[in-house]
Amino acid sequence: MMLSSGDLAALWLTLRLACTVTVLLFLLGTPLAWWLARSRSPWTHPVAAVVALPLILPPTVLGFYLLVAFGPHGPIGVLTQSLGIGLLSFTFSGLVIASMLYSMPFVIQPLRNAFESIGERPLEVAATLGAGRCDRFFTVVLPLSRRGFITAAVLGFAHTVGEFGVVLMIGGNIPDHTRVVSVQIFDHVEALQYGQAHVLAGCLLVFSFVVLLTVYGSQPRLRSSR
Amino acid sequence: MSDGIRLRFTLRHPGFALDVDLALPGRGITALFGPSGCGKTSCLRAIAGLDRVPGGHVSINGETWQDQSQHRFVPVHERSVGYVFQEPSLFAHLSVQGNLDYGFHRAGRPRGVDHAGIVDMLDIGGLLDRRTEGLSGGERQRVAIARALLGQPRLLLLDEPLAALDATRKAELLPCLARLHDHLAIPAIYVSHALDEVAQLADHLVLLGGADGVQSGLLAPMLARLDLASSFANDPCVVIDTVIGAHDDDDHLSRLDFDGGALFVARRPETIGRRLRYRVHARDVSLTLHQPEATSILNLMPARVIAVTDTETPAHVLVRLQAGEVPLLARISRRSWNALQLESGSPVWAQIKSAALLA
Repeated sequence: MMLSSGDLAALWLTLRLACTVTVLLFLLGTPLAWWLARSRSPWTHPVAAVVALPLILPPTVLGFYLLVAFGPHGPIGVLTQSLGIGLLSFTFSGLVIASMLYSMPFVIQPLRNAFESIGERPLEVAATLGAGRCDRFFTVVLPLSRRGFITAAVLGFAHTVGEFGVVLMIGGNIPDHTRVVSVQIFDHVEALQYGQAHVLAGCLLVFSFVVLLTVYGSQPRLRSSR
Repeated sequence: MSDGIRLRFTLRHPGFALDVDLALPGRGITALFGPSGCGKTSCLRAIAGLDRVPGGHVSINGETWQDQSQHRFVPVHERSVGYVFQEPSLFAHLSVQGNLDYGFHRAGRPRGVDHAGIVDMLDIGGLLDRRTEGLSGGERQRVAIARALLGQPRLLLLDEPLAALDATRKAELLPCLARLHDHLAIPAIYVSHALDEVAQLADHLVLLGGADGVQSGLLAPMLARLDLASSFANDPCVVIDTVIGAHDDDDHLSRLDFDGGALFVARRPETIGRRLRYRVHARDVSLTLHQPEATSILNLMPARVIAVTDTETPAHVLVRLQAGEVPLLARISRRSWNALQLESGSPVWAQIKSAALLA
């Protein structure tokens, strides 16, 4: 059984979406995770809770609110219309924003843990050795939290690939724009094309396994982690 | 250049305040000595700029790092300071060489730094290619000291570098620190609560956490101060800096000269002229009124009683003596003090049963 052109388009779209979301989440999530790990501000708790919300909320709830916000009368919709971008719902850009929110905790949490586990000391040492703020971040924090970054990248990417509810709510099912693999599988099943659904589902199964293998393989083993 | 170190700030924590107002020598090792929790580490952190103490003044040999009136606060990474933390804090993602280079490169690879000499002095030449996780605690601390020195700091701060090590590692690192003491051209501040280390390494002593606030002075006179004796645990002692004056190969002895006297010790391997520091415990000094004629005790010296104080045991008193230019302490029984009818100014002979080599 071969993949149809629709299947390939869905795979390609999914890949583009997951890559875009992962890169953007790294750029936004790294400073946010750093702030959450370092700041003593009382605001860290509410912010951390909001970031973690997608872990608990059904994707349909998140998708519903985003649909309303993106709509012609929603705050984001009004803004994007006044900027001349038009509406974000049922577009690739809208999907990217929704996926970022949805996958944010999977990127923020590993990064925050990694930053917290470094502690204050290596940064103090680097400062006494003449390293300024940026220097310390790039030469001490980044290398010491390498595993956190790998975990964050893999989980953020994989979680975006696996989303379904949010996509259906705000993306709909438009080929080449918002029809990602998980939606395509749903379509195959609806049309009783079990064979094609099997192929795509099998692809995702293998992909997910490889992802988890990568994550666990990159973690230090307990006995050698001292 | 030789303005020395000027420190003035107030450390505040909940339920704790320490006024620091010190002028320290611009070279040699100054020990910050005191019990745990007296603010020693907080002082070092304030000097380095790791903690920002409001107000105050920090200047090192003419370079001002912090001054309230000038609204000046130089951030840590712009202070030319070497800091050795209590627990060895090497970068886990770098090799030993990478750790050494970190400060060296950021200081602009200073030409004036004797890179090979520092690596030799701390005996880490064989470790350069190693990862840091395989090193022992003592090796890590030696690398950390070398890393701090390679940045060519104007001030070296050492926060109990031996405290996290077991006795064996300590014994391995102390000679390195003694060599450091001999070769160091910059001032160092050494935090410790171990009198052994202080007696061995320090030139100047700052006492924190005592009843009378912060006390500061040269090591030997500070150790001999009766009013501070209770700060030095239950083992008062003095240190005597000596120079090897002669060797007597018949009797296997060496004569160690100091200002106004000499000590005889078992033959030293060092050459004549070498400086050695000895420590004399108060419990190893006894007193007689007349020069003993038939005694097995080798080290006898005329001295004068300066003062006396009670000790922690009612049976003993602690006597401060002056032998030549050197202060001595003797811990004798109260009965002996009364029987000899000693008082301030009395001439006595001090008999020193043993002296321990420090460095």
